[in-house]
Amino acid sequence: MNKVYSPKELSEAFQILNSYQPLKIVAGGTDLMVGYNSGMPVPDQLLNLWKLDELRHIDEYPSLLKIGALCTYTQLIKDERVRKYAPTLVDAAKTIGAMQIQNRGTLGGNIVNASPAGDCLPVLAAFDAVIEIGSVRGLRQVPFTDFYTGYRQTVLAEDEMVTNILLPKQKTEESAKFYKVGTRAAQAISKVMMSVRASIDAQKCVKEIAIAVGSVAPTVIRTRLTEMAIRGLIIDESLIATARKEMMEEVRPITDIRSNEHYRRTVSGNLIAKFLRENYLA
Amino acid sequence: MTVGQSVNRKEGRDKVTGAAKYVDDYHFQDIWYGKTVRSTVAHAQITGIEFLAGFDWSTVVLADYRDITSRNIVALIYDDQPLLAESLVRHVYEPILLIAAPTKELAELAAKHVHITYKKLPAVLTIEDSLSAEQKIFGDDNVFKSYTVTRGNVEDAFQSAEVVVEETYHVGHQEQLYIETNGIIATAKSDGTILIQGSMQCPYYVHRAIKELFGLPDEKVVVVQNVTGGGFGGKEEFPSVVAGHAALLAKKCGHPVKIVYERGEDFVASTKRHPAVIRHRTGLTRDGRLIAAEIDLTFDGGAYCTLSPVVLSRGVIHALGPYKCPNIRVTGKVVATNTPPNGAFRGFGVPQACFASEMHMENISRKLDISPVELRRKNMLHQGDYTLTGQQLTYSVGTQQVLDAVLERSDYLARRSHKQPELSNKRYGIGLSFYYHGGGFTGSGEEKIKGQAAVELTAEGTVRILTASTEIGQGTRTIFSQIVAQELGLRPEDVEFEENDTSKVPDSGPTVASRTCMVVGRVVQMAAASLKEEMAKRIASLAQCQASEIQFEGRHLLWQKDGEIISVSFAEAAERCMSRTGFLKTTAQYSSPPGIKWDDVTYSGDAYPVYAYAADVVEVEVDMDTFEVKILKVTTATDVGKAINPTLAEGQIEGGTVQALGYGLFEEVAWKDGKILNNRLTNYIIPTSLDIPDMETVLIENPYPYGPYGAKGIGELPMDGGAPALVAAIADAVGAVVTEIPATPERIMEAMEKLAVEA
Ligand SMILES: Cc1cc2nc3c(=O)[nH]c(=O)nc-3n(C[C@H](O)[C@H](O)[C@H](O)COP(=O)(O)OP(=O)(O)OC[C@H]3O[C@@H](n4cnc5c(N)ncnc54)[C@H](O)[C@@H]3O)c2cc1C
Repeated sequence: MNKVYSPKELSEAFQILNSYQPLKIVAGGTDLMVGYNSGMPVPDQLLNLWKLDELRHIDEYPSLLKIGALCTYTQLIKDERVRKYAPTLVDAAKTIGAMQIQNRGTLGGNIVNASPAGDCLPVLAAFDAVIEIGSVRGLRQVPFTDFYTGYRQTVLAEDEMVTNILLPKQKTEESAKFYKVGTRAAQAISKVMMSVRASIDAQKCVKEIAIAVGSVAPTVIRTRLTEMAIRGLIIDESLIATARKEMMEEVRPITDIRSNEHYRRTVSGNLIAKFLRENYLA
Repeated sequence: MTVGQSVNRKEGRDKVTGAAKYVDDYHFQDIWYGKTVRSTVAHAQITGIEFLAGFDWSTVVLADYRDITSRNIVALIYDDQPLLAESLVRHVYEPILLIAAPTKELAELAAKHVHITYKKLPAVLTIEDSLSAEQKIFGDDNVFKSYTVTRGNVEDAFQSAEVVVEETYHVGHQEQLYIETNGIIATAKSDGTILIQGSMQCPYYVHRAIKELFGLPDEKVVVVQNVTGGGFGGKEEFPSVVAGHAALLAKKCGHPVKIVYERGEDFVASTKRHPAVIRHRTGLTRDGRLIAAEIDLTFDGGAYCTLSPVVLSRGVIHALGPYKCPNIRVTGKVVATNTPPNGAFRGFGVPQACFASEMHMENISRKLDISPVELRRKNMLHQGDYTLTGQQLTYSVGTQQVLDAVLERSDYLARRSHKQPELSNKRYGIGLSFYYHGGGFTGSGEEKIKGQAAVELTAEGTVRILTASTEIGQGTRTIFSQIVAQELGLRPEDVEFEENDTSKVPDSGPTVASRTCMVVGRVVQMAAASLKEEMAKRIASLAQCQASEIQFEGRHLLWQKDGEIISVSFAEAAERCMSRTGFLKTTAQYSSPPGIKWDDVTYSGDAYPVYAYAADVVEVEVDMDTFEVKILKVTTATDVGKAINPTLAEGQIEGGTVQALGYGLFEEVAWKDGKILNNRLTNYIIPTSLDIPDMETVLIENPYPYGPYGAKGIGELPMDGGAPALVAAIADAVGAVVTEIPATPERIMEAMEKLAVEA
């Protein structure tokens, strides 16, 4: 029989993580249940986070939002502060699965599941989010861009869990976009997605830019070479062409059952071109 | 008047409230569960089956081919498919061994402890490999069946052609994806009777397959259809396999055995639409008249023949589309590969043929710079014209009407000249398709089947229909009750159905081929008419009036006597009619309309008693950054003969069109070494409700003189035209014609790149 622990206090959860290994954490279960249904062995011990209301808060600070790991997509989509300060996270959340999954799937689950196709991940990368990690040993913070150590691997130790996500607010002068290229209008696993955040002045000069892409490398990545090729320059046809080319060189896509390498590469280039073009025209 | 009204679905309430019992809802106390152990390789000799230690084998019952007492076959056309592999496996997922256990989990666990060893043989996995016949897996040439249809003098006609257009089209597998997966419960009775119940389209197909398997007479096999959650052809022949497995286990273990597939197993184990490569070469005059055509179709049959010859035959006959061409040769073959057998799927060979022929029309219109509409108008069939099998169309030819209606309702001409806003990176496109589909079995098929149905009076004074035509969500029960009610002056709710059980209902033929309404509906109507006549006769003799004077109206029988109208309720009349015999039942049998002629040898003549016609207009927006397609609007116009129930007719058209759009845009089976990589709904992509826009559905009624109230078969037709209209719209938007479906963003991008290179 499987043993399921359902603590109501975070400290209790840390204790369980510390004492009962091996153990699998379950939040919304929307990734795990799919795996178990298709034959992945169900572990003997499970830690059910669902009752940890402490991890459902969204708090506003001067420059950032602190989002509990257990916040569901529906919660993010409805929250006024998230809508105002992280509209691209809302855009990403709206593309996930459909209503049932949005009601149950959590931001923490999306992060720790560590799929390169996790839709919220490029947004967190582009906004330099910080992941708060907890255990009996205390809390620690890791920049989101350092969170993954390889394909489906994270910095989490066995006894650790994600508690909160610290997400810098989008500034009024910043323009940001989330693009998802799926296979259909809903219930789609991404073939390519991109999140861009930029400060562009009245002269159309790109003062700052952060670009993150998903599904085109073993983990979500920041395309820093492309950022460098754009940063400080004025948007024109030639910059758009350069950005497209840089992006196509920087991504590391593969061919799998959802799409092929050539398409993913081309579309990654097209998306950054689209972002610049739309800002140029704006 | 109930025919022509959108009365509620007969079984709708039970389905919506959950009262309807599907096979998996049946629980018998002593039931066991069946599990199928399948091949993991595409082509091999089985060298050994090991039952691993660590499992208590005394807790389960095993069965293999040696347990089959009569013939190890899935009886169908060639009888080449074994129910269980003997020494050779010919495709991945081929059933080898069966396990029955008191619980599902135990059966699963046992299956994990079976280890099969193989000596691999070279596998033929594609049409090209099969055609090369380097590796022979069926006969000398790997060809299950081929056909040639010729009219006129093709070579001479090509000589005189001013323009020749040639192109090859590719279509892939498509899964039926009925909501309810395959499921059967088999019980072996102590008197030797085998009882099968479950999800199926054709109880009498299962009946025959089980008889052959065990060498049993008719009455020793009873097949009952449970409420069935969709079929789309996927439950035409395939349930015979599941039923055979369950029956074999039931006989051996002495318990009723239930086999209900999980989605993943259903996806890999069951039949799919045949992939095809179709080449068109067409000779025309400069102004776009077809004068010569050569069409070659090659279908991938998979490892066993199943229904492939019949699927191909329909594809061949529909290969040109509803057009005239005096000189034409169509060749078709279906070849064997070491992939799971393909089989029936709504459209039955025509969606493949229609995609190729309609995309070819698109290519011709581009090459000749003639509008797609004008090209169709110049070549379309009209009443009096001949099809490619030499069939003269003498009635119910709605070609012109459907084309006019779809153009008008979609505002096609105005929208086609629609200009793009300069700065947008989205491109608008509009596409047209024009097509037809023959109703009922091909050629002499219906004459061989001689479908029967009966109606009888019940003790409650209502009417009961006895038919083997199944309700699979398409509305059989609703329209049949409307037809009978109409004949007898009753309401549809006064009509009930005998359980669909081979020991109780006559063989109406299978529920396939768009024949249920048109063919069996007609037989039901005839049976009701005989019942009416018989009732009138009996009442007339009691009432001492003429039978012909008796009217059936408003749930009453009415006649005049001495200037007065006498009326007796239908129920009372029914009671009087049965007072002496105790029952009154009339049976009718199908016979072809007069004058129908078909030659199976030359493949010429009246291929179908009538065709239904349709035209689609699809509008799309293509994102030029991602090559994603958004379908904006779909307009269809369909000549249905007569809509017995307009809402159900529209439902058939809309549902079929959605399936066709999925075929054209998304649905693709991914293969590796003969294995399916995407056997789940997360990666085998079908449209969601968000992918499908509002549809405008125009019904045109051009009555068929030999159908019930003029109705023609429209079950499959809507599956044919959606894909080519969609891909034509994409071509209109981006300038490049995609010749292989699904037209995924990847393929659209490649087609555009190819066009750019050529330019
Ligand atoms: C039908 C369907 C559609 C979907 N569509 C999308 C989509 O469009 N886009 C997309 O990105 N995803 C999609 N998903 C995947 C999934 O819904 C999301 O990744 C979701 O965010 C997972 O969250 P969860 O809480 O359900 O995770 P769970 O399944 O509970 O957990 C996922 C993993 O994270 C671990 N975990 C969860 N929370 C924590 C924590 N706080 N600390 C440490 N470890 C933790 C678990 O141990 C597990 O390994 C879909 C899933 C389904 C079933």
